[in-house]
Amino acid sequence: MIQKEDLIIRVAGESGDGSNATGEMLAQAAARSGLHVFTFRTTPAEIKGGPVMFQVRASNNPVRSMGDAVDVLFAFNQEAWDLNHEALAHHSVLLFDPEEFTPPESYTGPAYPVPIGTIAVEAGNRRGKNVVAMGVVAAMFGLGLSRLEAIVRAKLGKKVEYLESNLAALQAGIDYAHSLQRVDNLWLDSTAEHERYVMTGNQAIVAGALHAGVGFFAGYPITPASDIMEGLASTLPKLGGGYLQAEDEIASIMACVGASYAGKKAMTATSGPGLALMGEALGLASMAEIPLVVVDAQRGGPSTGLPTKTEQSDLNIAVYGGHGDSPRIVLAPASVAECFHLSAWAFNLAEEYQSPVILLSDYSLSFRTETIEPFDLAKYPVLNRAQPEGDLQPKEYQRYHINGSFVSPMALPGTLNANYTATGLEHNEFGSPAYTPENHVMMSEKRWRKYDALRSSRAYVRRFGDPIAKVGIICWGTTAGAARGAIHLARQEELPLAMLQVQMISPLPVDAIQEFIDSVEVVLVPEVNYLGQFAKLIQGEMGVRVISFTRFAGMPFSRLDILRKVHELMGIAEPVID
Amino acid sequence: MSSIPIPNVVVRKPADYKSDLKPIWCPGCGDFAVLAAMQQALAALQIDPKDLAIVSGIGCSSRLPGFLQSYGLHTVHGRSLPAAQGIKLARPDLTVMAVGGDGDYFSIGAGHLPHAFRRDINITCIVMDNEIYGLTKGQTSPTSPHGHVTKSTPMGNPAFPLHPLALAISSGATYVARGFSSQPKQLAELIRKGMEHQGFSFIQAMSPCVTFYDTYKIYKEKVYQIPADHDPHDREAAMRYAMEADRMPLGLIYQSAPAERPAPVEPKAFDTLAYLARYQA
Repeated sequence: MIQKEDLIIRVAGESGDGSNATGEMLAQAAARSGLHVFTFRTTPAEIKGGPVMFQVRASNNPVRSMGDAVDVLFAFNQEAWDLNHEALAHHSVLLFDPEEFTPPESYTGPAYPVPIGTIAVEAGNRRGKNVVAMGVVAAMFGLGLSRLEAIVRAKLGKKVEYLESNLAALQAGIDYAHSLQRVDNLWLDSTAEHERYVMTGNQAIVAGALHAGVGFFAGYPITPASDIMEGLASTLPKLGGGYLQAEDEIASIMACVGASYAGKKAMTATSGPGLALMGEALGLASMAEIPLVVVDAQRGGPSTGLPTKTEQSDLNIAVYGGHGDSPRIVLAPASVAECFHLSAWAFNLAEEYQSPVILLSDYSLSFRTETIEPFDLAKYPVLNRAQPEGDLQPKEYQRYHINGSFVSPMALPGTLNANYTATGLEHNEFGSPAYTPENHVMMSEKRWRKYDALRSSRAYVRRFGDPIAKVGIICWGTTAGAARGAIHLARQEELPLAMLQVQMISPLPVDAIQEFIDSVEVVLVPEVNYLGQFAKLIQGEMGVRVISFTRFAGMPFSRLDILRKVHELMGIAEPVID
Repeated sequence: MSSIPIPNVVVRKPADYKSDLKPIWCPGCGDFAVLAAMQQALAALQIDPKDLAIVSGIGCSSRLPGFLQSYGLHTVHGRSLPAAQGIKLARPDLTVMAVGGDGDYFSIGAGHLPHAFRRDINITCIVMDNEIYGLTKGQTSPTSPHGHVTKSTPMGNPAFPLHPLALAISSGATYVARGFSSQPKQLAELIRKGMEHQGFSFIQAMSPCVTFYDTYKIYKEKVYQIPADHDPHDREAAMRYAMEADRMPLGLIYQSAPAERPAPVEPKAFDTLAYLARYQA
């Protein structure tokens, strides 16, 4: 038996019917009452209609993945039942709208009809289905009941004329819940209040960028990255920064190249199709050593693929997607907190190494909300690119001067006697075109060897789990959350398990990875793509054998997926899950 | 912007804008005259080279930034305009110019052109148009005449040439002019006026390629001065000049008031904690 320690509530319905809003408000209420929250949602790629679900996992302990079986399903219609009932555990509770459908007799778990439409109408608010549903769920299972009124007030904002009817709907939902004859005993107590943030991955990326001093953003709308652009559109101009909604992704990154050349910290945000268009400009940034940050919020591919489903399949294009030898730094956050952390460090690394930096997020992380602890801002220094010091004499400045670090001071326009032309052509130390074999060898070495220190850094790997274990998991991106969940479950079975989360995919921190591999017998690399892109990268760079474990169904791994695979590798029985 | 010398201040002459790099162009290339006209315009306005950014794409003409005293950004094929806009939005204090050829602006980078026109950001854009791809040794370009036989169109160019000036006017450009490298004085004047214009200025500089499509003779027969009584603010009249195909009017074809711009905001420090408060649970 695995002890239940948290509650997973899934609200499912159709796009536009209020089910998503119900889930969002429940997550807010839970977070405000001191619970840790981790949400997950699916949306259709259609403009209107189509099935949606919003899942809230709430716990008194930190949560790092969407969890496993669903404890409570609120099905707004037949399709919601059809698509989601398999996620239920055997103790699960079903709430359903009896005006939409009746659950099959084969379902024997606790089930409560909740005629949300009728309750809303009787409360005098026929548009209040979502508020009714939130009241019912919170009153039944204890998710931030005391906070509901504040949530409704916050959601309405300035539209105070609707406050009274919404509060009536909320109370009607709560009263309805109390009138039910309960046959289950699910209830999640919340601990005392605690200062936390509730943010999505995209919001955390925006905050991290602003903290790091982003001074320019250019972008083009694309799911799931658009709200990074929108977040900066409303903040950057007020800070004196530059902002451009460009005509396409090529223009977006080229505007960033220009802005960064001129001295601003520049950023663009896109998804796989946009990153593909940015390839040539990324090569220019590598060649001319221009700092910039590109966020790739990955989605299902190739081509337009699954625009509203998650995948970790842009690793190859992020690491290798350039013509010629074009170095770049690639970072991958696993959680909302890491979105802030790595967004801020992406800028620092771009500045420090005068390099393009790609931040590989993904659909699931872009939109999910998590409760996160306040950041210790002292750990986030703001670094700026090296500039030439002192007065320069005419013809003295060498933009690409080769020194011990291979990073050369970068003069900004406006600096006296430092005029130079940054070019995508191979160039000499002054920046002037130069094509001799000796020069190309020297400058290639310069562009690659500047990352040597970063490659041997341990700042972008995190080890979790047991110090001695037979199976070791190497993870990147959001799969790390599920793997940490698997370690947690394994502990309860007294099964030792170790894990290394690699936050920096390029340059690959080979020393740290080798050390981890040496400490275990079998290495498992789970990731959400068909090819096993990270497994291949590790094998290719390090000449070691790892076991690739892939999923490519548009959904993240669950911690049970990973734990089951570990059991299989160790030749032991499947884990028993309540 | 005065050219009257101020005591104890260096007066810059056109030659002072020359860099140490020698142009790689063929002898007789029209681009030499464009480079010289730019030096004239820069000297007329006494632009300080440290405050000048020149962006280019790829092609013979796009090598120009390296030949001038400026901060140069030699980008990839067709993408000079987005980069130039990035520079100007990031650093409004800089004088920003974008230069390149007809392949750069009218073919691979054509998608950026209407957006640069309608944004009207204060950049001076000079297209050295030779109606041919020179760097890749003589393929047909978007301004090559219909039927033109080149290595890439051995049966004759099946397409018809673009009218870049008409595209500019119809897309909302606020300064549209055409010059010719054989008339360098006028070209310098058009560039200078374009630089003084506080919006986006677009100058098509007819600049023959002596090696792959020598049009000096053709142009000399086609060009004529736009009559002095033409009102550049008259959009319809400007459009008629811009659409002319058999003849090539030279001069300021269209000009309107540049877009109103909000006053620049002084960069402010970001207060991370205050910003994050909106996400407090």
